[in-house]
Amino acid sequence: MYRYILNRLLLSIPTLIGAAALVFILMRLIPGDICVVRLGSGGSINPTAVANCHAQLGLDRSLVLQFFDFIAGFARGDFGTSMWSGKPVSQEIATRIPVSLEIALLATLVAVLIAIPLGTISALHQNSWLDHIVRTVAIAGIATPSFWLGIMSILVVLEVSHLAFGAPWMPPIDYVSLWDDPLRNLSIVILPAITIGYRYSAVTMRMTRSAMLEVLREDYIRTARAKGLFEHIVVNRHALQNALLPVVTLIGIEFAFLIGGLVVTEQVFNLNGIGRLFVLAVQNQDYTLTQALVMLTVAIFVVTNLAVDVLYAWLDPRIRFG
Amino acid sequence: MKNRTGWLAESLSIALSAALAAALTAAPASAENIKRGGILTYMIPADAPPSLDGHKENTYATLHATAPFYSTLIAINPDNPSSSTDFVCDLCTEMPKATDDGKTYTFKIRKGVKFHDGTPLTAADVATSWQYIVHPPKGVSSARESYMVMVDTVENPDPETVVFKLKFATSAFLPALADPFAYIYKKETLEKDPTWYEKNILGSGPFKFVTYETGQSIKGVRNPDYYHEGQPYLDGFTAIFAAKQSVRVDAIRADRAATEFRGMPPSARDELVKELGDKITVQTSDWNCVNLLTPNQKKKPFDDVRVRRAMALAIDPWKGAPALSKIATVHTVGGLVFPGSPLAATKEELQKIVGFGPDIEKSRAEAKKLLEEAGATGLKFELMNRNVDQPYKFVATWAIDEWSKIGLKVTQRVLPTGPFYDALRSGSFEVAVEFNCQNMVNPLLDVAKVLPRSVYPENYGGYEDPKLIEIYNSMLRETDPAKQRAKMREFETYALDTQVDTIMTPWWSRIITHRSYMKGWKISPSHYLNLNLANIWLDK
Amino acid sequence: MTVLAQDAPALRRSSLDTAFAFSRRQPLGTFGLVVVVVAAIAGLSAEWIAPYSPTANDFGAMTEPPSAAHWLGTDQFGRDLLSRIIYGARTALIIGFVSAFVGGFAGLVLGVGSAYFGGVIDLVLQRVMDVLMAFPLIIMALAVVAIFGTGVQNVIVAITVPLVPRCARVVRASALSIREVPYIDAARTCGFGHARIILRHMVPNVVAPFLIMLTAFVGQAILAEASLSYLGLGVQEPTPAWGLMLQGGAEEYASTAPWIAIFPGLAIALTVFGFSLFGDALRDAIDPKLRDR
Repeated sequence: MYRYILNRLLLSIPTLIGAAALVFILMRLIPGDICVVRLGSGGSINPTAVANCHAQLGLDRSLVLQFFDFIAGFARGDFGTSMWSGKPVSQEIATRIPVSLEIALLATLVAVLIAIPLGTISALHQNSWLDHIVRTVAIAGIATPSFWLGIMSILVVLEVSHLAFGAPWMPPIDYVSLWDDPLRNLSIVILPAITIGYRYSAVTMRMTRSAMLEVLREDYIRTARAKGLFEHIVVNRHALQNALLPVVTLIGIEFAFLIGGLVVTEQVFNLNGIGRLFVLAVQNQDYTLTQALVMLTVAIFVVTNLAVDVLYAWLDPRIRFG
Repeated sequence: MKNRTGWLAESLSIALSAALAAALTAAPASAENIKRGGILTYMIPADAPPSLDGHKENTYATLHATAPFYSTLIAINPDNPSSSTDFVCDLCTEMPKATDDGKTYTFKIRKGVKFHDGTPLTAADVATSWQYIVHPPKGVSSARESYMVMVDTVENPDPETVVFKLKFATSAFLPALADPFAYIYKKETLEKDPTWYEKNILGSGPFKFVTYETGQSIKGVRNPDYYHEGQPYLDGFTAIFAAKQSVRVDAIRADRAATEFRGMPPSARDELVKELGDKITVQTSDWNCVNLLTPNQKKKPFDDVRVRRAMALAIDPWKGAPALSKIATVHTVGGLVFPGSPLAATKEELQKIVGFGPDIEKSRAEAKKLLEEAGATGLKFELMNRNVDQPYKFVATWAIDEWSKIGLKVTQRVLPTGPFYDALRSGSFEVAVEFNCQNMVNPLLDVAKVLPRSVYPENYGGYEDPKLIEIYNSMLRETDPAKQRAKMREFETYALDTQVDTIMTPWWSRIITHRSYMKGWKISPSHYLNLNLANIWLDK
Repeated sequence: MTVLAQDAPALRRSSLDTAFAFSRRQPLGTFGLVVVVVAAIAGLSAEWIAPYSPTANDFGAMTEPPSAAHWLGTDQFGRDLLSRIIYGARTALIIGFVSAFVGGFAGLVLGVGSAYFGGVIDLVLQRVMDVLMAFPLIIMALAVVAIFGTGVQNVIVAITVPLVPRCARVVRASALSIREVPYIDAARTCGFGHARIILRHMVPNVVAPFLIMLTAFVGQAILAEASLSYLGLGVQEPTPAWGLMLQGGAEEYASTAPWIAIFPGLAIALTVFGFSLFGDALRDAIDPKLRDR
């Protein structure tokens, strides 16, 4: 087991280096640079100002030197300073992680609490009208663009509150943390969490259903039923536990992909999170910040995959004891 | 659903009456009806600014976030911000008359002004700040250097006097001096560390700095030692960064914020007026911003003036502007000069210029003939545009449709800011949607945009033209207003009609929708002006 | 003779019977198929069925609600929404199918090759796939757009890249399970070439999950185009594309002219919905484990 983990960790190093090289090259292939973006908003650019800016940010050095700086810094744990704001990248990220994490965790909670029971019920009553409804709702969740859902949900809340209370209500636009003011905080994150959570739970629901369907065909379930066990014991004690294996791995993998969903959702709801920072960094052509964020995303992805694989291996007694 | 035209008429009349009411109540408020206190919450329609240093940056994001903390030497009169000549003193005691044939301006600085850390502000701080703007030391960048070319030296002979000596007399100096980005910094700090102000705030303005949460909000509290008696009326302010327009509209609707200071599109105005009735006030003004369709004369066939002329003839601004003004932030048809300015062309004068003719069918027929002569019938090209909705993409979509009426097949190439400017500067485009946005209405400097790159580095048309430069220089140095106006007509006609160096589109229109309880603020043609909040009060 | 003659009508009846049986057993799948077919017809015959030109501005009819003249209303430029949605189906399906097929086949080749050859090739390919899968789509899209410009073909490139590793992964897993089977080794010892073994034995086994994945990919590609257009990185005006219509109209007019936002969103959701349902039904039909007893 430990050798397996070590092996996987070693294998992830070329992945990280590959990602670093890719983002480095891609960003520098984009024409223009941050100095032009920064000074160009008035409609005209002063060439001396741009040259000064280049010197200040180290963009006039050779590409090889810049790449070496980047990799060496990353290995040291030093992610550099954002070219846009001049603040350390770690600080920029740290201020924005709480919102994104909160939404991601809430969305996961929503997904798990809704998806697993519904998926199980759907599997138990395959091809009944209940099954069809659940499947339709699930596929609708996957088919609907999440940002459209977000826009519609804000609109609905505004209209409904106007009709019901006479004055339109929307969540506060300045963020407060959960510890400072839980109620206000929750009112801000609940809509984005549901928007992301819907899709998340849809995917999970489908996987739960298909995994349960497979498990329910197994002989040992037939035996358990023949033995006369209560249905809920058959389902919860025997079927569900085995069906949950692929479901858990799916939840883990989808969590890693959540960052992609955050990018768009945070735009819609104007949340100051990692997703929005990503878009800003790329649009501003802030090399250091973009590079750091990509490395962060890839690292999360690699670690999550590893954790899921380890969990899978550990939970499946055939693999653990085999 | 209500009949749309009826509803539109209704909402427009509400807007009109709201605006009228606002105009009446916005008459100079006497001391008795101004209420003190309260926190103003407004939104900044941008993501976090690159830095907080007004001298280095060009973006309104920096200005909207930091203007309340700083003082400037002079400013446009906040009670008359649409004027381009009504300047008042901020730090000076009175507006001086120019001496020495209009080449010297001597300012006396107020006594008793303090920075927010308690230290006194003297003429030395003013002079040094301006020196850093006009002639920045090596390694320091000033985004305004090219606007201050007329200034020779800035001196402070004594702690209360600042003297500006110009290289030549020009009426463009005072407007340039009133630049809202020209914050007065502390001399000591500037000399010790010229980058200090990028991340820190220390001013002498109506509000003191409290907190700045990156990408989130910036807060200020009232400065009790402010040198303008009685001001500011507010207890403080909170500015929230809200880059998404729908969020801004919803926030005003739900009273999460009172306003934003850039401009709303007409659809937002209509929605807010319909929803909130007299709880919302709409102020509208022409905006000192315009989009230009600039052909790259280094690329064939745009080097042929007949092709450029045809492109201009195809477009009908007289019909397009009213239609566009319903969906985009544009309104007034104008030439090179800002429509409200005394130097601007009248409608009769405009109609003589190509592209502004009154008979569009005749113009388009002529355009098709010109294309045929030039061998460019059915020409296909790409229009390069910035990735911004209002009004860039709207104007582009309209222009493409107009050009299709003379057989031109145009597609749009939209780029994010960085690559857009890169393509502009390297000339790798065919026709581009450019813009000309200036902080102040200063027509003499504003029209320099069409000058060739050899004198104006930010021109991207790819042409050289000594005659154009000659006309401009003689106009800049002309002191008689009537003669100057005639020279402006000559300049405009030569640039837009004879050479068709660029094609004008309707000038932008600034629509500010603010909650009616916010009083004292008057709209101006620039989203860079009147932002220090000193004269705003809340009626609630 | 009489036996055969009696058999013939029975055969003909049963294929129609099969179709009805399928739709009774898989009502959702049939619905999905119908949606897909409608979208395809709309896309293919747009010139004939669309009532107006999708790019003609009409400043006399801006933001009109649905009426007899404009069944789905008009957008902010006065363009007929129904026509734009019909032409948008063409853009969506082109982007969807091309991305799915190119991405799918690239993934198929890489996945099978990786599984078959194993060893260093597998290791290297797996790392490359990992990088591409973890790499955020938005950066890829922005880079492609900034370097090559916007337009349908560049959007396809941007969307195809993330699909390749996902496909490769699934295909590789399927192919790996075949690789261990003895007849592959037997074939090798017999001296059969790589190509023959791969094409004859490995590929057929992975075809089932591959096809199912393709239907999912089409849906994902359409959604990806919508997201990219929302961020301004997708197709540009005045090309009719559903995602682009959402970007231009959705937020500004959501309150005053909601039809501008609702209909393109519905079009996207319905089409992706249809493809997903169809893919599900396909999987249920092909995968024996999930059939009813």
